Amino acid sequence: MSNEMITVALTVNGQPMSAQAEPRMLLADFIRHRLRLTGTHVGCAHGACGACTVQVEGEPARSCLMFAVQADGCAIETVESLADDDSLSPLQEEFRNHHALQCGFCTPGMLMSAHALLSRKRDPSEAEIRREIAGNLCRCTGYNNIVKAIQATARRLQADPELKP
Amino acid sequence: MKPPPFDYCSPSTVEEVVDLLGRHGADARILAGGQSLVPLMNLRLMRPGVLIDLNRCRELDYIEHRGDELAFGPMVRQIKAAQSPLVRQHCPLVAQALSWAGPVAVRSRATVGGTLAHADRVAELPAAALALDATMVIQGPRGRREVPAQAFFLGDLTTAVEPDEFLREIRFPVAAPGARSHFCEVSVRQEGVAVVGVAMHLDMVGDRIAKAAVVAMGVDAIPQRLMQVEQALQARALDAQTAELASRCAFDQVDPATDPYASAGYRRHVVAQLVGRALHSIAAQESLYEQ
Repeated sequence: MSNEMITVALTVNGQPMSAQAEPRMLLADFIRHRLRLTGTHVGCAHGACGACTVQVEGEPARSCLMFAVQADGCAIETVESLADDDSLSPLQEEFRNHHALQCGFCTPGMLMSAHALLSRKRDPSEAEIRREIAGNLCRCTGYNNIVKAIQATARRLQADPELKP
Repeated sequence: MKPPPFDYCSPSTVEEVVDLLGRHGADARILAGGQSLVPLMNLRLMRPGVLIDLNRCRELDYIEHRGDELAFGPMVRQIKAAQSPLVRQHCPLVAQALSWAGPVAVRSRATVGGTLAHADRVAELPAAALALDATMVIQGPRGRREVPAQAFFLGDLTTAVEPDEFLREIRFPVAAPGARSHFCEVSVRQEGVAVVGVAMHLDMVGDRIAKAAVVAMGVDAIPQRLMQVEQALQARALDAQTAELASRCAFDQVDPATDPYASAGYRRHVVAQLVGRALHSIAAQESLYEQ
């Protein structure tokens, strides 16, 4: 109960993992430094930018607003879960095709938000897409290519009902 | 920035929560969704010595229809409350307010109790709670007590909850048949922190307003009931003249201050517009959940 190291055992992208953390260690930093999964980025450290977005128990969450110790026993998904070994997911391919990233810093959070939307709704409107990524800030692209990439992915999902985003 | 060290407790029962509060009192903060508290800790604006994490207290996550009230445990996630058929049917203003409470990733973790207990001056649910005369149930080592919404919000980030207590349950009255409600706000960015907002709940008799509750958010340190607007709306029809009158009343009644986010004039003007828009929206019988 005191400020000492706690073992956090959790499932990450389907794999059981465990490491130690002080109570004050943010989940984002735990993922990056303890688990060495550096796809998740820390932009603002106060929940405004969305670069740290992961999935916790199937729901999107700001990993900079959770403490690692809170994730003990949980299943989390990070951006590393999207690609399948060497091949990019359809969403990632469309991000590349549509130049939806420049510096790439916001991209993991954008992908996680877009992935969550497309997993829930395969044919979102432009307004729905913009609303879903409204919590993710991008300083480079002006957002339009990100929206186009998500729309292109949605079209592929429409064409192939078996396809996962 | 990273938060300073703290002791972390993860109780599984209310009894344990109360015991921890009794022992640590002012040195402790409750951790609910973390969407308000953790940013402040990361920026080192708050430095609790002890965090009491409620996320393993399953008994605090419930929505119950009890006669003419809807009772919420404090740990109900905002997104769940906003999508709940029970809430949409019986307390639509709560669902409407929460749909403005932030982007999906925030609302998936943020809680009903957390936003009320935190009492940010531009949080949506406090405004809705005031409009609906909600009842806050507070619990601590000295037992349980009930505080009406109008006595609960005391100032910036300040509520009637004492340092060794926590918000245990929130009860909203069930909307009467034919009642209409609307919530709208203006923010700098979509899904972002609000500048000002309006929560409105109308009890109707036929096509006339029988009783109005109109709350302005962001014109004061706490949500503000616009009594003059409410009186002006009494017995009126939902038409353009009523909207115009209500809007002017709101403009005259509010007295916001200028701050780094918006000028007093801006807040006053926008709140008046939102009051008018809320009435137009209700009159047009648009979908209650449209943004």
